[in-house]
Amino acid sequence: MKAGSNLERVLEAGHFAVTAELGPPKSADAKVIHDKAETLKGNCDAVNITDNQTAMVRMSSIAAGTIALQHGLDPVIQMTCRDRNRICMQSDLLGAYALGVRNVLCLSGDHQRFGNHPQAKNVYDVDSMQLIRMVKNMRDEKKFQCGEAIKVEPRFFIGAAANPFADPFEFRPIRLGKKVAAGADFAQTQLVYNVEKFINFMEIVRKMGIHEKIYILPGVGPIKSGKAAEMMATTVPGLEVPDEIVQRMKKAEDPKAEGISICLEIIDRVRQIPGVAGIHIMAIEWEKAVPDIVQRAGLLPRPVIEVVEEPQEPPAQKPA
Amino acid sequence: MIIAEQKTLEEIKQIVAGYNKLLVVGCGTCVTVCFAGGEKEVGILASELRMARQMDGQQLETVERTIQRQCEWEFVDQLKDAIEDCDAILSMGCGVGVQGLAERFPTKVVLPALNTKGMALTVQEGLWAERCAGCGNCVLDKFGGVCPIARCSKSLQNGPCGGSVNGKCEIDPEIDCGWQLVYDRMKAINMLDKLYEVQEIKDWSTARDGGPRRINREDLRL
Ligand code: SF4
Ligand code: SF4
Repeated sequence: MKAGSNLERVLEAGHFAVTAELGPPKSADAKVIHDKAETLKGNCDAVNITDNQTAMVRMSSIAAGTIALQHGLDPVIQMTCRDRNRICMQSDLLGAYALGVRNVLCLSGDHQRFGNHPQAKNVYDVDSMQLIRMVKNMRDEKKFQCGEAIKVEPRFFIGAAANPFADPFEFRPIRLGKKVAAGADFAQTQLVYNVEKFINFMEIVRKMGIHEKIYILPGVGPIKSGKAAEMMATTVPGLEVPDEIVQRMKKAEDPKAEGISICLEIIDRVRQIPGVAGIHIMAIEWEKAVPDIVQRAGLLPRPVIEVVEEPQEPPAQKPA
Repeated sequence: MIIAEQKTLEEIKQIVAGYNKLLVVGCGTCVTVCFAGGEKEVGILASELRMARQMDGQQLETVERTIQRQCEWEFVDQLKDAIEDCDAILSMGCGVGVQGLAERFPTKVVLPALNTKGMALTVQEGLWAERCAGCGNCVLDKFGGVCPIARCSKSLQNGPCGGSVNGKCEIDPEIDCGWQLVYDRMKAINMLDKLYEVQEIKDWSTARDGGPRRINREDLRL
């Protein structure tokens, strides 16, 4: 066990894992997190807490993750390379671990051009690959990036992102392989709507033997409306929504129900792909849809893994 | 070369407000090539400023000079005779040129007329694009001669982010994805396997992050 997080235990035990996204609010309102946490509780093995997603200022992922912990959830804090340099990243990792966080997902981060502070200066001292390696070295070598020793090391289960739908396609499996080499333990992908392309991607991944070294969780998510489907298909770089899905969403009488049906169909298909270890549900600002999806996908109840303590010295026998 | 672009006339008008005799100085090297601050632009800007001042019912006198380079004392010194009776110098050089003049003429007000953008290539007539960010430790050998520091919007060193689509960068469909270019070049020169290696964290101390850079060649100093 590398970090002993619930997510790691579930995956190690060979269960098909379910993670879900929990987006922190654009405010200091803790209640939003409490409510979303209650919704997700029992419906997933870990929750991803986004880190100022799309470069919008939101509540800190570590702070929100700590609130999720209070509800018994296992947070995966996302950490982007956009806003912090290596000093701040390592400091935040120490802090997150001290607060009980055991999973981190290492990301490049959306460029600030997309967010609500496009005039900000970005950092990119470290890229996502280098962040993965840094977190691994902190855990396994017990060393800071500069080489100095860490007395009590933060032990994280290390996540990476993968996007099979961005270009160049041929490089995508290679990039995932690099992330494994850098030290990633699990990968969550961009939302899968083009299942065919994802199947191709996984085929290459298997040929390269990457799936044996990393747990791969494709991203899935329900679309709310025809308009949202169109927006996603045309305005989000690196997200592919086939026209067939856009049309289904536009024609649907009850778009929300249709969005969930499509999501369930996709889950059904990706589950059958060899090398897929679970799913990552991104119901962005629609966390309430998650329990329904998980239940209808037949993924409930979520496994409860006994935490086996390290074997200790047997107590001295009492004399008879 | 260094590329720069003229500030708006409105902004320059505000910058020179209150000065009645301006020495407008062009630079005959980079900014001449990118049509921002050469002799021709000096003439145009000076007359525009005079006219604007006149429209406000006031007078502005300008002296126009263009030197070969504002970043070398040898040329900067040629301005000495023109400096005396000017209230201020308006430099149409890059940021280095402006500071060259300010350093050489410590009691004079020196003002910028351009916005300096960076180190670039003339891709075609009328189009210049950044190619180097001056990181101080060139790694072009590892990336097929395409710089991921300057040409990837996130300065990624281990491959394209998830926003690279059809060769374009996620931030703007007009901007090429630096990583698609790296990939294509490495493929063309049969070196794709080099991109499989994880590039370790970069030492930025040689870049601006390590403080202002300078090169000191004792062997060349007088
Ligand atoms: S690696 Fe550094 S020095 Fe070389 S081109 Fe890029 S920014 Fe310039
Ligand atoms: S799209 Fe390409 S150039 Fe733009 S940030 Fe991503 S990798 Fe860099």
